[in-house]
Amino acid sequence: MASTHSPDTLSHPQPGSTHDEPKHTGIWKRPLKPDGLVGWLTTVDHKKIGIAYAVAALFFFLVGGVEALLIRLQLFRPEQELITAETYNTLFTMHGTTMIFLAVMPLSTAFFNYIMPLQIGARDVAFPRLNALGLWTFILGGILLNLSWFFGGAPDMGWFGYAPLTGRQFSPDMATDFWVLSLQVLGIASLVGSFNFITTILNMRAPGLSMMRLPLFTWMTLITSFLIILAFPAITIALVELMFDRHFGTMFFDVLGGGKPILWQHLFWVFGHPEVYILILPAMGIISEVLPVFSRKPLFGYPLVVFSGAVIGFLGFAVWSHHMFTTGLGVVATSAFAFLTMLISIPTGVKIFNWIGTMWGGRITFTTPMLFAVGFIWMFMLGGFTGIMHSSPPVDAQQQDTYFVVAHFHYVLIGGSIFALFSGMYYWFPKVTGRMMSETWGKLVFYTMFAGFNLAFFPMHILGMTGMPRRTHTYQTELGLNGPNLWSTIGAFMLGFGVLMFVAQVIYSLKKGQKSGRDPWDARTLEWVTDNPPKFYNFAYTPIVHARDQFFESKHGKPERRMEKLAPDDHGIHMPDQSWWPLILSIGLFIAAFGMVVLGQPREAFPLIGGMLPEGDFSIWEFTVPGLALTLFAAFGWAYEGPGGFHVHPPASEIQDDEMGTVLRTAPTRPEPNGHSGH
Amino acid sequence: MAHPASADPLTELKQTNTGIENKKLAMWAFLASDCMFFGTLISTHLIYRRVYPDVVNPPEIFDIELTGISSFVLLASSFSMALAVSSAHKGNLKMVRIALAATIFGGLVFLAGQVYEFSHFVHHKHLTLDSNIFGSTFYLLTGTHGTHVAIGVLWLTAHLVHTFTPWHGRQNALDIESTGLYWHFVDIVWIVIFTAVYLVEYLNF
Repeated sequence: MASTHSPDTLSHPQPGSTHDEPKHTGIWKRPLKPDGLVGWLTTVDHKKIGIAYAVAALFFFLVGGVEALLIRLQLFRPEQELITAETYNTLFTMHGTTMIFLAVMPLSTAFFNYIMPLQIGARDVAFPRLNALGLWTFILGGILLNLSWFFGGAPDMGWFGYAPLTGRQFSPDMATDFWVLSLQVLGIASLVGSFNFITTILNMRAPGLSMMRLPLFTWMTLITSFLIILAFPAITIALVELMFDRHFGTMFFDVLGGGKPILWQHLFWVFGHPEVYILILPAMGIISEVLPVFSRKPLFGYPLVVFSGAVIGFLGFAVWSHHMFTTGLGVVATSAFAFLTMLISIPTGVKIFNWIGTMWGGRITFTTPMLFAVGFIWMFMLGGFTGIMHSSPPVDAQQQDTYFVVAHFHYVLIGGSIFALFSGMYYWFPKVTGRMMSETWGKLVFYTMFAGFNLAFFPMHILGMTGMPRRTHTYQTELGLNGPNLWSTIGAFMLGFGVLMFVAQVIYSLKKGQKSGRDPWDARTLEWVTDNPPKFYNFAYTPIVHARDQFFESKHGKPERRMEKLAPDDHGIHMPDQSWWPLILSIGLFIAAFGMVVLGQPREAFPLIGGMLPEGDFSIWEFTVPGLALTLFAAFGWAYEGPGGFHVHPPASEIQDDEMGTVLRTAPTRPEPNGHSGH
Repeated sequence: MAHPASADPLTELKQTNTGIENKKLAMWAFLASDCMFFGTLISTHLIYRRVYPDVVNPPEIFDIELTGISSFVLLASSFSMALAVSSAHKGNLKMVRIALAATIFGGLVFLAGQVYEFSHFVHHKHLTLDSNIFGSTFYLLTGTHGTHVAIGVLWLTAHLVHTFTPWHGRQNALDIESTGLYWHFVDIVWIVIFTAVYLVEYLNF
């Protein structure tokens, strides 16, 4: 946010913090309680925000999973009537939207939040309150989308919302408005998060941690953030145009008024294809962390992995029309997009060779995170092969809208993204909780998920080749689709069972897991230098980095490549203060968005209390204007309050505690390649 | 990191890996994103102009003299914005207030021109959001830009009021500079919009 006050130093009771005279600026006193409900609602700690992201994302992952299982249940046998065609449409729409925007993206963001600042040796992200804003807008956006179930039914036009199906004429009720507005709210969450991560990674690295020493996961966080800030505007504007079509009579996508539905497809996929890489690049980052640790080798071809990640991100903006080959783009455009699509398999292949090269000749231990990582490589490759198949327009014309495509992107998104995210969860669980997850149970979860996933999705290749169309709620007995569908449903339930076992294991391990100690995996990167779980100020000192994979070098490398530690000066460590404003601002946005959903709807349609409301239609005055007013008020309150902050003096024992490096009292005189870190 | 009391807080804020303050870097990232917002809107407008060249004859609707003058005032306000940033860095508070007020005035003149223009188009030229596709794309694009200007005016006003409070300090020069980046961007985008939406319509191909 814009203007800020002088960073008045507030102090409050924290272990080891100083007690200056508290000076309060702002409209009310800042929340100072670090624990309990208030602590969570006002937190600006990137670690707590990361945990909140993960919990909410896993919850939505289960919701989206139940929707998928209902779909599979309906397709278990031919000509079943378990679910009506209408409900089926809402289920696949909500399944896609939920999994992409409310499960996989925020789960990646959870890792960005928790792990990235630790990997670069920072105390927090650049804008801690903005980080909290991202969290709350994400959660409220997810709630807004799912509120549609209680307001006459969820959206039913597919997660891509193709025009003209989304126009008032074909979707007269509020369901589509819920979809439009919640995606806009979620877009704000992604955008503010990304501005924050970009600034943090570029500006707040520990001394000596040059860009080409950055852990791969941090690199992929950076590239993903750039993809988000450049791709989300396209869909945001498309959604605004759609919102104007639905509420104010514009004709952007209205065929009768001259609007072109193809424009929606272009705008949607200009966002939609980079979005695919937004989902997979963080996963690739996680894999690039896990494989070296459990192969006991540095990442093979580090610069090439970084560079190919950047190339994937760049080319990701130039291939959107391969989602539209069958719309008749013309020969030149189709050929160009086919060529670029084939081109993008090169940097992807480079990465796969590098991962294999990392394992080659390594001392491999097949722990649960490693199993998921190896599973990722294999499954992602299978998804990639079918991807190359439909990069060819004539082949694509055969596969368009069949289950072959469903099989393809589930191999990339489950076998790819989800497996990598599970690998990350098993790998960093001790970091976040200080406890281990049992290997026996972890392996059981992996093999159940792996077998269930393949049983569920491999038959879909055959179904698609046989000609089974997507998004159709049933099929006839004599079409020859019965066997694969039956196996697919059994596999889906196996996969679901594996996920349930995982959830149970997480809950069990939180309470009963073995204590992990500081370095359970003999890990390589900076986040493992601190305690498990880390203190709220992350590092008691500023780490001074002299090598890639600094932690591993400090343990096993040459003496001159060991880490050094810069002790805090007399002022101690500066930490940001908690704040109510991010939550208030996102509630304002939520109310305003809700107002745009119900705009023009009869008041009596409101669930439960509709009968008590005065007759008439909702205007912008009930929700939208008050919501925007609250947003504006919160923005000023936010700026008026200022970042605040207090100082922590960690005990000397914590600075000395480990054998990780020499403690320096003053900054090194030797010039460091990247200057100074933030605080 | 050292916190010597005598040091300029702005120098300290520059102590980042890139040498650019966090707030400025985040603002640059936001502006990159905003480019894509406007890019999408401008593309939509130009695509529909090309697909339906005859739905309206824009020179019959536009009042190019009025829009030209208000555009000039908006662009001129970039000068006073730059003056405000420079004075803030030099610590010349009086000049900061004058330059901020001048910038706000420029923004308000532009907004007044747009309000007049919109109401004139609606009431006399019968161009509305839902009258035809040109109305849809024109109002959404220029309206989004107007919203940007309005937010900028509110933001600058907040800065101006802030300079009269005891909390205004040295490091607020950075905040004024960030707002300045935003303001210049909004002006530059208007150059593109004014050219692509207004001026090219007067060319005789």
